[in-house]
Amino acid sequence: MKYVDEYRDGATTRRLADAVRRVLTQPRTIMEICGGQTHSIVKFGIDTLLPPELTLVHGPGCPVCVTPVELVDKAIALARRPEVVFCSFGDMLRVPGTETDLLGVKARGGDVRIVYSPLDAVKLAHKHPDREVVFFAIGFETTAPANALAVLQAQRDGLRNFSILASHVLVPPAIEAILSSEACRVQGFLAAGHVCTIMGFTQYEPIAARYGVPIVVTGFEPVDILHGILLCVRQLESGRATVENAYARSVRREGNPQALRVIETVFEPDTQKWRGLGVIPNSGLRLRDAYRTFDAEARFDLAGIVAEESPECIAGLVLQGIKKPHECPAFASRCTPERPLGAPMVSSEGACAAYYRYRRSETEAAS
Amino acid sequence: MSTPGEFTLSCPMPHASSPVITMAHGGGGTAMHRLIEDVFLRAFDNPLLAQRHDAARIAIDGARIAFTTDSYVVQPLEFPGGDIASLAVHGTVNDLAMAGARPLYLSAGFILEEGLSIELLLRLVASMRRAADACGVQVVTGDTKVIERRGGDGLFINTAGIGVIEHDCVIGPGAVRPGDVVLINGDLGRHGIAIMATREGLEFETAIESDSAPVADAVLALLRGGVEVHCLRDLTRGGLVSAANEIAQAAGVGLHLRETDIPVRDDVRGACELLGFDPLYVANEGRFMAVVAADDAARALDVLRGHPQAPQPAIIGHAHADAPGRVTLESRIGAQRILDMLSGEQLPRIC
Repeated sequence: MKYVDEYRDGATTRRLADAVRRVLTQPRTIMEICGGQTHSIVKFGIDTLLPPELTLVHGPGCPVCVTPVELVDKAIALARRPEVVFCSFGDMLRVPGTETDLLGVKARGGDVRIVYSPLDAVKLAHKHPDREVVFFAIGFETTAPANALAVLQAQRDGLRNFSILASHVLVPPAIEAILSSEACRVQGFLAAGHVCTIMGFTQYEPIAARYGVPIVVTGFEPVDILHGILLCVRQLESGRATVENAYARSVRREGNPQALRVIETVFEPDTQKWRGLGVIPNSGLRLRDAYRTFDAEARFDLAGIVAEESPECIAGLVLQGIKKPHECPAFASRCTPERPLGAPMVSSEGACAAYYRYRRSETEAAS
Repeated sequence: MSTPGEFTLSCPMPHASSPVITMAHGGGGTAMHRLIEDVFLRAFDNPLLAQRHDAARIAIDGARIAFTTDSYVVQPLEFPGGDIASLAVHGTVNDLAMAGARPLYLSAGFILEEGLSIELLLRLVASMRRAADACGVQVVTGDTKVIERRGGDGLFINTAGIGVIEHDCVIGPGAVRPGDVVLINGDLGRHGIAIMATREGLEFETAIESDSAPVADAVLALLRGGVEVHCLRDLTRGGLVSAANEIAQAAGVGLHLRETDIPVRDDVRGACELLGFDPLYVANEGRFMAVVAADDAARALDVLRGHPQAPQPAIIGHAHADAPGRVTLESRIGAQRILDMLSGEQLPRIC
């Protein structure tokens, strides 16, 4: 497959892994931010090619994982309403709320539909003028432009039965939160290539300078990831801490101006609660007042819904890279993808699910 | 990899063990297997059922018969490369073939929803007849029911099938030995992606057609060619990985597969990348996996090459004694990982 196979080439990956081995002189810890990268790493076995002195820890970049339980409960409450057609990307359907998940609501007659784009939900709103169509708009900066476009489209079309339940999260504040933690052992970051495709990487430059950590914008295929790791290790070994772009075929420093404009038009920064990490100032996006009519939380009464995370689930520590998934006592025993206790076990991009699916023999051997 | 420390925490029992049936129970993964084990196998427990094969093998007065049934609920009723009616023939014929039987007779039960177009029904029944003729089977008994209009699904079909076993190979997980070789008869993932693309209105540059087809002739050709076939499994729901896991667990052997040897067409891989699916878990309707004696692997490949029911035969791995019950994959870049059964359905991801 063109543009994919060359980035999964065995010889090139081995060459890059050898280069990392030659450059590395002491133990180092690097965090890959994005869940897509985590999955590539375990799926292809990239970490097994690396020297043992290099530890990869898995960051909070899985939108499913960091969406607060409370919001899942709100989604469930909405999906149960008879007038609502609740639209979501597929992997949110199995995320456990306090009592059930969206699949469970669907099984009991809730109108829950998987869509592939928020614009599909706008189409549904046209098709069902007598129903309320709600789109579960979650995600990082990558999904924000499409969600913003859907709101603009709904406004242009004069739709009165379309709204979004939004939980947008932003990467740079999360990196800062991780770096500010006393338990932080991350020395360098692989920034999420697709987030930077939208946003560019100027926001990361002050973080690299302030905390003295290298940040390398990195793609998702094995060659991309190893290239990012190599650049990051080189910076660490030479005592530099700058932002480098190892995903130049997709990312420009200034990002995608058109997408940025759309986000800016529809959303504004807001304090955001992250599952596992807690409340981080300015780490989310909310609809601007001009678009409040498309906010499901304003349209429906959801204020009474509050939820606590299971105190035993160590998702927060996993998402900050302080613990590995199999260091949780519930891992692969009381917590599995069928019976998840926390979100990282649910999403196909969650670190716990990745370890469960690809690494169980190793983790069993270690326990 | 760091070593886990001492933990005394205990997590509460999760609620996800659902008190009602959810779509995950039909996805071909662990939820479905648990349902089968906890509900159906327990209720109907008997030695024939306990074989847990695609078809039951029964001896009646010296005649060895294979007997199977399957229900078809696919939406849309017509899709690129096939329709529900031809699928209802292929699927059941293939289940018989997986017992090494020559398919002979089918039953057909039609559940029709109020409002179904008669024209569509005629088209589907004609397609079913053509598929049966092509497979050399006859539909010899049937049933029709009409249900009130509900989701607009239109039509469900159940077929049962009988075939005759005419060889002495013992085919089943119990016959699999370390060292055996794993073959498949063609590229993976086309049926699932074709259905998904049609159902969800996804458009790709080229239309991906289902691989729905009978495979009984290809299987019989292996047996007639003197290949020592140890186990057969069609790669339907849950795809290659579910079938491989079922065999590994039932046989008590490990199976090791090589990603680069598993044929997947570029358009299917592209669609999977886009949806966040793994083609090794996607359903096929004209593909099977054969575990054969190592000495016969080359001959098996020869027999399948050029057979119209084996569009792209390939040796994709082998059985071993190292990790009983486990399926592993050598990834494209040469590292190893587990190929685990899915929990439920594959769900399209966010980004």
